[in-house]
Amino acid sequence: MEGGKILSQTKVLTGLETRQAVEAAFEEALRTAGVSKNNVGRIVVTGVGKQEFPFEHVEVSEVKADARGVIFLFPAARTVIDVGAEEGRGIKCSAEGKVVDFTLNEKCAAGTGSFTEAMARALEVPVEKLGGLSRQSTQAIPMNAQCAVFAESEVVSLLHAKTAKPDIARAVHEAIASRISSMVRKIGVEKEVLLIGGLAKNAGFVDALKTDLGLEVFVPQEPEFVGALGAALIAEGES
Amino acid sequence: MSREFWRWKEYNWKAPDLDWRSAAGITAGIDVGSVSSQAVILTDGKIFAYSSQRTGSDSPESAQRAMNRALDGTGMSLENIQFVVGTGYGRVNVPFAQKAITEIACHARGANFMYGPTVRTILDMGGQDCKAIRCDEKGKVTSFLMNDKCAAGTGRGMEVFADLLSIPIEEIGDLSFTVEEEPPPVSCTCVVFAKSEALRLLRRGWAKNKVVAAYCAAMAHRVVTLLERTGVEKEFAITGGIGKNRGVVERIEKELKVKAMAPSWDTQIAGALGAALFARALLEKSRSVN
Repeated sequence: MEGGKILSQTKVLTGLETRQAVEAAFEEALRTAGVSKNNVGRIVVTGVGKQEFPFEHVEVSEVKADARGVIFLFPAARTVIDVGAEEGRGIKCSAEGKVVDFTLNEKCAAGTGSFTEAMARALEVPVEKLGGLSRQSTQAIPMNAQCAVFAESEVVSLLHAKTAKPDIARAVHEAIASRISSMVRKIGVEKEVLLIGGLAKNAGFVDALKTDLGLEVFVPQEPEFVGALGAALIAEGES
Repeated sequence: MSREFWRWKEYNWKAPDLDWRSAAGITAGIDVGSVSSQAVILTDGKIFAYSSQRTGSDSPESAQRAMNRALDGTGMSLENIQFVVGTGYGRVNVPFAQKAITEIACHARGANFMYGPTVRTILDMGGQDCKAIRCDEKGKVTSFLMNDKCAAGTGRGMEVFADLLSIPIEEIGDLSFTVEEEPPPVSCTCVVFAKSEALRLLRRGWAKNKVVAAYCAAMAHRVVTLLERTGVEKEFAITGGIGKNRGVVERIEKELKVKAMAPSWDTQIAGALGAALFARALLEKSRSVN
């Protein structure tokens, strides 16, 4: 980022070797922007693997980075919901992008992207297709299991019972939406609500979350970059 | 098709020295669990035959399969059984049962038979739940706590690990004691996250037996926290499938600093056994009324 403008952004799968992934993402971002590492004035790193970043940097919490990135994109946002692969967060923020309150789940896969990934595997559907699939649903069916492991068995049983895949996909999204909204309700949901993180790209989940919260939920164009954007904004502000 | 390491063997057993034809009372209990189903047949209050099968997607059919397998090779048929009680997660779907009783009551009753009247605390580690049960000298439940929301500390969690590490599930207990030094437990409670953690540990060069030991310890720790909430009064016993996994059982004993009673029967039949004992009591009651 330079003067409030984004020069480049990249995404790589973290996989099992966080350090390699972090390096690859950084190198590709430099290459795309056409700058060398020495030209980067300040680096702020966020995310669960932030301490793996090999060069000089400042670390900020994911919550702080999210709030900052969100307000930059959408100044009216007061509640941020961030659902990543292994974490779910709810953040209440001020007009200045400051964190007022937050809540976090990093203990249980049921309220994270891992849940939908596991269910997509059980349904034998690519995870990117799960959202579209659930929009074809013709009837709501309940999902009894909360735990991702138990839900996987439940999905298999539903398939055995010849339940239509779109209906199962919808039940999956309603289940995770209910987990997320009960987490966020702990800090109070104030308008406007912005959803970020990888799961924001799943239209089925977004629909279910809107229904569960009874509110409009906005999604930025590239929801998985908001944390990194916030970190870059913090870096600009402090240099 | 690749090998399914989580698949434990189905089995049945028959008492070599009991003749059912001379029995005055024949009763049975069926425990249709979320993962496995057991049938136990009693002749005059003695264990005559039992079976353990995987539960399919259809509860009535699973109950029937467990019963057929227990009857297999005995010369007895379902019509010879005078009273059947169903228990477990699918208890209301046992088509040939006269009554359904909760698995909490049945486990306590079954444990009372298996371990004797001194048992006061039972940890039942089932396929998709885990219960800490306190009972009196008659096997009557005085209090209990249950986790059926989360796979951590359940048989299903162990199945996931058996598959992940390609280790037959029956071998996990012994393998977990082949480590030179006990590793720290896997830190994630959630089975899904523990799986990712295990993969990272393997990448870091941990041998499979070390990862298995770390997971057995994590599972033990998880259920000990449940037990501590109910309190552990001696004697203490463990039932359910995990009761056969010494990797978890011995680590629970170590953390609790309490030895579990040695089982005289297969720990997995406790629920069905309790149901069969209730069936026997109900049969006797109906006879005394008539």
